[in-house]
Amino acid sequence: MGVPQTMLDKLWAAHEVLRRDDGVSLLWVDRHLVHEGSHHAFAKIRERSLSVAEPALTFAVVDHYAPTRGRSQIADPRIARMIDTLRSNATAHGLQLFDLDDPQQGIVHVVGPEQGLTLPGLLINCGDSHTSTHGAFGALAFGIGATEVAHVLATQTVWQRKPKSMRITVDGTLGPGVSAKDIALYWIAKLGTDGAQGHAVEYAGSTIESLSMEGRMTLCNLSIEGGARLGMVAPDETTFTYLEGRSYAPKAADWQAACADWTALASDEGAGFDREVQIKAAEISPTVTWGTSPEQALPISAAIPDPADVAPEKAAAARAALDYMGLTAGQTLEGTPVDQVFIGSCTNGRIEDLRAAAAVLRGRKAKVSGMISPGSTQVDAQAKAEGLDRVFTAAGLDWVGSGCSMCVGMNGDLVGDGKRCASSTNRNFKGRQGRGARTHLMSPAMVAAAAVTGTLTDVRPLLRGRGA
Amino acid sequence: MAGWRVHRGTVLGLPVANIDTDQLIPARFMSVPRAEGYGSYLLHDMRRDEAGELRAGFPLNTHSEVSVILAGRNFGSGSSREAAVYALVDAGIRAVIAPSFGDIFASNAVNNSLLPAKVDDESYVALEASLAKGPQDVIIDIDTRTVTVGAAKIGFVLDDSWAMKLINGWDDIDLTRNHGGAIAAFKRTRSQTAGWAWPTAKE
Ligand code: SF4
Repeated sequence: MGVPQTMLDKLWAAHEVLRRDDGVSLLWVDRHLVHEGSHHAFAKIRERSLSVAEPALTFAVVDHYAPTRGRSQIADPRIARMIDTLRSNATAHGLQLFDLDDPQQGIVHVVGPEQGLTLPGLLINCGDSHTSTHGAFGALAFGIGATEVAHVLATQTVWQRKPKSMRITVDGTLGPGVSAKDIALYWIAKLGTDGAQGHAVEYAGSTIESLSMEGRMTLCNLSIEGGARLGMVAPDETTFTYLEGRSYAPKAADWQAACADWTALASDEGAGFDREVQIKAAEISPTVTWGTSPEQALPISAAIPDPADVAPEKAAAARAALDYMGLTAGQTLEGTPVDQVFIGSCTNGRIEDLRAAAAVLRGRKAKVSGMISPGSTQVDAQAKAEGLDRVFTAAGLDWVGSGCSMCVGMNGDLVGDGKRCASSTNRNFKGRQGRGARTHLMSPAMVAAAAVTGTLTDVRPLLRGRGA
Repeated sequence: MAGWRVHRGTVLGLPVANIDTDQLIPARFMSVPRAEGYGSYLLHDMRRDEAGELRAGFPLNTHSEVSVILAGRNFGSGSSREAAVYALVDAGIRAVIAPSFGDIFASNAVNNSLLPAKVDDESYVALEASLAKGPQDVIIDIDTRTVTVGAAKIGFVLDDSWAMKLINGWDDIDLTRNHGGAIAAFKRTRSQTAGWAWPTAKE
């Protein structure tokens, strides 16, 4: 027996073409996902008259600029141009494109897993930081910038220095109304948005093992908000059950062989990590952000902090955040009025997220306006088959098409200046959802609770007697 | 990409933590082709009022000669948008000094000749104090990994491979194409040992 290895060690070794003397590795890329924002990278390879090295491993998705209403006629010429540019790049290089009218279209990090393009053991790159989502399957998945996207297009490889390893172990049972989103906001608040900088995070422990694939994806997705290079979970029966039969996943005998290989990916007993963090599930409550960084998060029952009481190096940031967010120190988070709600994004726009929100909203009315954008057209269809769309529309919320939508507002779905939005997304940065927009991040169930009361609200009382 | 070893310029203190990529360049400007220049979008909503006019009180607006920025921890956290680096580079910025950087931002920076110079907390505090009254002349030396402001010389941390790349202005695609044989051999082995890694044809 050799030295016990981490999952990171195994995945790294399986993709390393070579390692330079300075320790930087050239890695083989199994899947490359591109979207409208990849236009800079396509321009770079065009300038040099290069072609895409492995078109069969490259998939294009329309998501960032996807209109969520009136898709057949795009009013804004800039948005139409972005989508057309992706189309012509996909055509020119012979790439499979999930276009606006494709039943498989959706947000790139929802589509990859849904179609079985995302598999354990793969190295997956995309010019988007939330590529960490795919790590939920036991893949090495990380976001890259445009220069690196051009490099992957041209060579199907990427240069990387191996990150340090970190394991976050969560044990125990999550309380009612507490989800993967809350686990993520909890650890980011604890360690800071640069808490995992330079590290690959592996999530382990009994809480993680009992999470669904949707929950694991939410958690890995948010790893980047804690500064991690990537997040991952060891593949297990939950992973295999999710993937079996998906369009691009291996079939028949290949499937059996693949599952055997994937099972061996888990970190070996006794493998050493550079850092270990232990969390008890029972410590975690429904959590909301109050500021302009994901680390500025607290349990819903907490009071908005006084900058005078926070750590000195974080006091200025806290003051600036309260000012931007229009909040007063000392007030309770619960009861803060919101102007609107949003459920969607690659963080929390999957079927389970919509079910959790619908469980709160069923038979109730929303006091504020809001939008529900399913993470993919397939999620849209599934939700409709379950009648979930009608739960939201009956509550008075808008059900719209799939795409990144109000997570980043590139398609024009924006939160107004000074407006407060309860949002299931991943970034509460200043101006993220629109100039002057005030974003509070929380789980889909908590967003639904905010819709019901028109304020930041603890979802737990609203779940009583609902068996959720 | 032109390489560089030493830069003489002007450093401005922007002592704010977590200046994320959405602040460096708001998403609404990212559909612009690079050829049009990204400099005017740098920190757009911080620098400009609702009408798009430059705010008189914002230091970057009054000191157009600035070529180096000192910023708080976790600079460039957030998205992988390389446009955040383009905005800095097109505005004439050659280096950012900070206690820590978003991982993807830092590698994007190096790919565009922008130096992410990581300093320890103590040096950060000292530099911030010396810039409190306004921008200062600065000399940055990649070889010796030093920043000199007035009489003070402080060290910064930079991965050796990144230093080589900045100094030589290397382009990875050219470097990698020299390894074409190794890549082809790797692909062959992988297709034999992990055939499942290739997507099955669409049904
Ligand atoms: S939903 Fe938001 S975070 Fe996810 S890929 Fe789209 S813009 Fe990025």
